[in-house]
Amino acid sequence: MSETLSWRAPRELARWLSAIERGDAKALAKVRALYRTPSPAHVIGITGVPGSGKSTLIATLARALREAQHPVAVLSVDPSSPFTRGAILGDRIRMRDLAGDPGVFIRSLASRGAPGGLAAATADMVTALEAAGFDYVFVETVGAGQDDVAIARLAETVVVVEAPGLGDDVQAIKAGLIEIADILVVNKADLPEAQRTAQMLAAALALGFETVGHHGAAAMPAAQDVQHGWRVPVLLVSATKGEGITALIEALRQHRAWLHTSNEGLRRKRRQAEAEIYARLYAQLARYVQMHLDQAALQRWVEACAMRTAHPEEAAEALLAHVLQAIKPC
Amino acid sequence: MRPLRILIAKPGLDGHDRGAKIIARALRDAGMEVIYTGLRQTPEMIAEAALQEDVDAVGLSILSGAHNTLLPRVVEALRARGLGDIPVFAGGIIPEEDIPFLKAHGITEVFGPGTPLETIVRFIETHTPRRAHAESSS
Ligand SMILES: Nc1nc2c(ncn2[C@@H]2O[C@H](COP(=O)(O)OP(=O)(O)OP(=O)(O)O)[C@@H](O)[C@H]2O)c(=O)[nH]1
Ligand SMILES: [Mg+2]
Repeated sequence: MSETLSWRAPRELARWLSAIERGDAKALAKVRALYRTPSPAHVIGITGVPGSGKSTLIATLARALREAQHPVAVLSVDPSSPFTRGAILGDRIRMRDLAGDPGVFIRSLASRGAPGGLAAATADMVTALEAAGFDYVFVETVGAGQDDVAIARLAETVVVVEAPGLGDDVQAIKAGLIEIADILVVNKADLPEAQRTAQMLAAALALGFETVGHHGAAAMPAAQDVQHGWRVPVLLVSATKGEGITALIEALRQHRAWLHTSNEGLRRKRRQAEAEIYARLYAQLARYVQMHLDQAALQRWVEACAMRTAHPEEAAEALLAHVLQAIKPC
Repeated sequence: MRPLRILIAKPGLDGHDRGAKIIARALRDAGMEVIYTGLRQTPEMIAEAALQEDVDAVGLSILSGAHNTLLPRVVEALRARGLGDIPVFAGGIIPEEDIPFLKAHGITEVFGPGTPLETIVRFIETHTPRRAHAESSS
C-alpha cells in the first residue's frame, strides 16, 4: 500500500480507510503514529433522529465551506442489520451536488453492530482524515435512542439536528440527544411548525434537560451548560434553501474558539480520551472472551439455564473464570 | 471475512429506481454493505463514488435505453481513475442482443429482467476479487 495520506490522493486515502476498517495491522500502526500529531481539523459530529436532514445539512455546510477553499471530509455512519450484518448506506443521495469537487471526500460506513451507532473503526478513520489535511471532518450518525451518543466521544463539536413534523414530541428530547448537543439545529425552517419546535427545544434547554431526566452517563462527555460559559444555541436552518447556514458556521467557529480559550477544551479532551480508552478496553476484553470461551461448557450452561437449573449470572461467572485462567500466562 | 461493499447506482435520466432499490435490499439481506447513490448519476459521479467508497463491485440499473453509450462510459471513468479491477454489473431493461457488445466493453455481467435475486447475489459473491486480494495483502 502507498504511504501517501493526503486529501489530494483520494484513491490512496480510500484504501487506507478500508485497511483501517478491516483492522489491518499496518494501517493501525500508521494510525497510532498519526494520532500523536494533533491536527488543526475541526471534527464535527452531526447527529439526530432519522429524516431530520443531517445529510442534506452536511451537503449545504460543505458547499459553503468550499467557497472558502476548505477541504472537507464526510463520514456517514448507518446502522447494520443485526440479523444479516448487511446495510444500505444512502446518505450520498443527499450529497449529490458535491460530486465532482476534488476538495470533498465522502465515505459511508456501516456501524457493524458497534454500540452507540458508531462503527468501531470510526475514530481511527477520523484520525486518518485529519492527517490527510481536511480542515473539516463531519461525522454523521443516527441518534435514535439513549445509547446512540458515542459521537460525543469523538467530535469536538456536536450538532444535534431536529426538524418539525417528525412526530408529536421533539424527537431529539425523546431520544436524549440534547444532552450531548453543543449546538441545536432546527432544520427545515422553511416548514411552518419550525418556530414551535425551536421554542420547545429552547424551553427544554432552559429546564436543564429535566424533561428527559439527568442520568449521569459516566463515560460520556456532559453537555455544556451556562455554568461553564457555553450556552447551547438553538438555530433555525433550512438546509434545502441554505438559510441560517452562515449563522451555523459562525456558531461552529465560536464553539471551537470557546473550547480553546476556556478550560473546557482540555476537560473535554480528557473525558473523551477516558471514554475512548474504556471503549477499546471493553473491545479487547470481548475479543479475549471470544477467543478463549469454553464452547463445550457454554453449551452445558445454555442447557442448564434454559431448564432453569442454573442462573445465567452463574454461567457467566464460571465462563469468565475459565477465560481469565486461559489468558493468565501472557 | 469483512462484508462486501457494493455501489448501486442509476446512470442516465430515467426516474425509476424501484429495481435498483430491490437489488440494494437483496444484497443487504445477503449481508453486503450497499452504498446507494440515487437517481441521475453521471459516469463520473459513479466512478468518483466507487473510488471514495473503495467498493468491491459496481451495480448499475438502467431503464432508459441508453445502456450502450452510458455503461461503457462508466467502465472508462473507472479505468481512468485506476479502478479497472472493479467488476461492473448491469441490470434493468437490456435486450439480449446488446449483451455481447457490453461485455466487450468491460461490463462483467448483465442480468436481464426476471433474473432471480439469488442468482445475482451468488454471482456477486463469487466475482468480487478485490476483497480476497485486500485481505491477502494485509
Ligand atoms: N423542507 C425541508 N426538507 C428538508 C430539509 N433538509 C432536508 N429535508 C428533507 O428531509 C428528508 C431527509 O433528509 P436527509 O438529509 O436524508 O435526512 P437524514 O437526517 O440524513 O436522514 P437519515 O440519514 O436517514 O437519518 C429529505 O427528503 C430531505 O429532502 C429542509 O431544510 N427543508
Ligand atoms: Mg443521512
